[in-house]
Amino acid sequence: MPQKNMLSLHVPEPEVRPGGTPDFSNVPIPKAGSVPRPEVNVDPRAIRDLAYSIIRVLNREGEAVGPWAGTLTDEELLEGLRHMMTLRAFDARMQMAQRQGKTSFYMQHMGEEAVSCAFRKALLPGDMNFPTYRQAGLLIAGGYPMVEMMNQIYSNERDPLKGRQLPVMYASKEHGFFSISGNLTTQYIQAVGWAMASAIRNDTKIAVGWVGDGATAESDFHAALVFASTYKAPVVLNIVNNQWAISTFQGIARGGSGTFAARGLGFGIPALRVDGNDYLAVHAVAKWATERARRNLGPTLIEHVTYRVGAHSTSDDPSAYRPKEESAAWPLGDPVLRLKNHLIVRGLWSEERHKQAEAEILDTVIAAQKEAESHGTLHAGGKPSARDMFEGVYAEMPPHLRRQRQQAGV
Amino acid sequence: MPRKTMIEAIRDAMDVSMGKDDNVVVFGEDVGYFGGVFRCTQGLQQKYGVTRCFDAPISELGIVGAAIGMAAYGLRPCVEVQFADYVYPAYDQIVSEAARIRYRSNGEFTCPMVIRMPTGGGIFGGQTHSQSPEALFTHVSGLKVVVPSNPHDAKGLLIASIEDPDPVIFLEPKRLYNGPFDGHHDRPVTPWSKHPLGEVPDGHYSTPLGKAVIRRQGADVTILAYGTMVYVAEAAAEETGIDAEIIDLRTLLPLDLDAIVASVKKTGRCVVVHEATLTSGFGAELAALVQQHCFYELEAPIARVTGWDTPYPHAQEWDYFPGPARVGQALRETMEA
Repeated sequence: MPQKNMLSLHVPEPEVRPGGTPDFSNVPIPKAGSVPRPEVNVDPRAIRDLAYSIIRVLNREGEAVGPWAGTLTDEELLEGLRHMMTLRAFDARMQMAQRQGKTSFYMQHMGEEAVSCAFRKALLPGDMNFPTYRQAGLLIAGGYPMVEMMNQIYSNERDPLKGRQLPVMYASKEHGFFSISGNLTTQYIQAVGWAMASAIRNDTKIAVGWVGDGATAESDFHAALVFASTYKAPVVLNIVNNQWAISTFQGIARGGSGTFAARGLGFGIPALRVDGNDYLAVHAVAKWATERARRNLGPTLIEHVTYRVGAHSTSDDPSAYRPKEESAAWPLGDPVLRLKNHLIVRGLWSEERHKQAEAEILDTVIAAQKEAESHGTLHAGGKPSARDMFEGVYAEMPPHLRRQRQQAGV
Repeated sequence: MPRKTMIEAIRDAMDVSMGKDDNVVVFGEDVGYFGGVFRCTQGLQQKYGVTRCFDAPISELGIVGAAIGMAAYGLRPCVEVQFADYVYPAYDQIVSEAARIRYRSNGEFTCPMVIRMPTGGGIFGGQTHSQSPEALFTHVSGLKVVVPSNPHDAKGLLIASIEDPDPVIFLEPKRLYNGPFDGHHDRPVTPWSKHPLGEVPDGHYSTPLGKAVIRRQGADVTILAYGTMVYVAEAAAEETGIDAEIIDLRTLLPLDLDAIVASVKKTGRCVVVHEATLTSGFGAELAALVQQHCFYELEAPIARVTGWDTPYPHAQEWDYFPGPARVGQALRETMEA
């Protein structure tokens, strides 16, 4: 009798679970400044290595080094630090507001502030982001009023979305921020379509798609890469790899592929990996990719390597599936701290000024919060009219909705 | 007036729309160079160039998702899904995105687009070339759903759909592409050139969405139909001698309830016919609305003649397709009830 080979199913597991000691020793972190910076018109085949490395600018000493350094002025760096600190303060206040019952839900950015804040500064007016729910830095760094964001979170009488959307699902055409959907990855292919439209009309605007590591497993991710590749759409496709999709570690979505960035290579799309906690690196890579798109050289895929420090959302408790100390062990550190140290090393900043800025920012956020709360919170004060519930389903209200509105007595 | 097939009328609608508005773009699988597997886009790429009419990868979600992005930019995409049976990969994009973008963004972003798809059976298309999935779309707030039954309407409704500010699901009964079909599969097919509704004016005109039309005036019973079933209903009325009033709904969402109610109040009887499966089909919505609005005028239970609750079979095509005999039987029963 020939011996039967019993098959067994492979189910990836993270290295460490709650109670274990966090260990990222198997995550190779190249030295800052060690990855070359190709010309934007490079043949994608010549830079396949970039999909497997990590572009980094800030070294351990807080110095900006290597060929990707130097894309930002001192003023821009100081502004960038302020944006990240603002987002962090905003997150903390809104997280608390949710705990106080002022809203039903919130999602933080803790640890990922550099990704959206730095990327935003590489965009021009008219460009369009197709964000996920974890890129509010695009709004903060883009100058969208914090009060408006809070009005949306509170679903109050000034909510720009009239109370129809779950908190953090912002939308602002003027600020290049496409309407957020709860359905993951749908916006990725839409970004490609928007970019195709811009190219069809011989416009100069570009689109930016955003997706998390977990959501790359959705079919829309594949469709987006096919379309971006086929039509050489002027789009930058970002993957924010924060290691976690709710409770699922990134290995479940990534499988046996080397990196998320490497997925672009099969489509002939240049793919870069960047230190997502390095404000300077994110900006430099964003600038490179956006320039490629603007010069009609086609799409770029960027994997931002970062770590989701906070819970997935206010409905999540990460201690149930990962060690509590894991974020502290994350080798790429804290984006705010790293930029702060860089500015201190450069003599542009100090601990004292940082503390002062923190206090100022907190005051600004609290003032915005007070103003927003004067227009109501989810369960108290002003709220959108029930009539608004029936508006906007169509450009013009059809007869059946008019009947239902009447029936609802509003 | 020129006579056209439904294919030519649909092509004409896109031609007119593309000529009138640079923002109208047309794409889908085999839609560009080849002109579509049903020839609906023939010549458009030659006339308007590859960036206005082009071939797409075989990805329905990609086609619809990209079109949504284009619509958000400000274009008016009119995309094709080769068969309605293959729209399901795009269902998330249609339901979660296209239908809701205006609502969820409070009008910051909108989605003026048309998704054309050949629908319906009667062509030995088997399971995946015969389905009528309209009820999957009429259940979705934010969509409009259109089903033309003749070349004249097809052109007018498609132009209106392309110009509409909201996403439109445009279902084209492929059995009607070349001529009307009354379900008598054993008789020779008549071409549109011999039918008055094959007369299609040149140039721009539009047929309003949300408006039904009475195809046959009658006093005894109202038949609610759309697409191919309009002709089946006509044949059934003629063959039974029952004086049926046939309403071609044309737009399923939003629905022309006024036209339906006026007719049923007059006739006191109602038969709903569609090719799609019975359970939770669009006929259920029609029957419920008629019951609600015409309860005191109804003299018989509302009847539904539809496809059976099975996948669309191949060899059993004519046992499945609700032909004139089955519709006629329902008419007689409704009159006798």
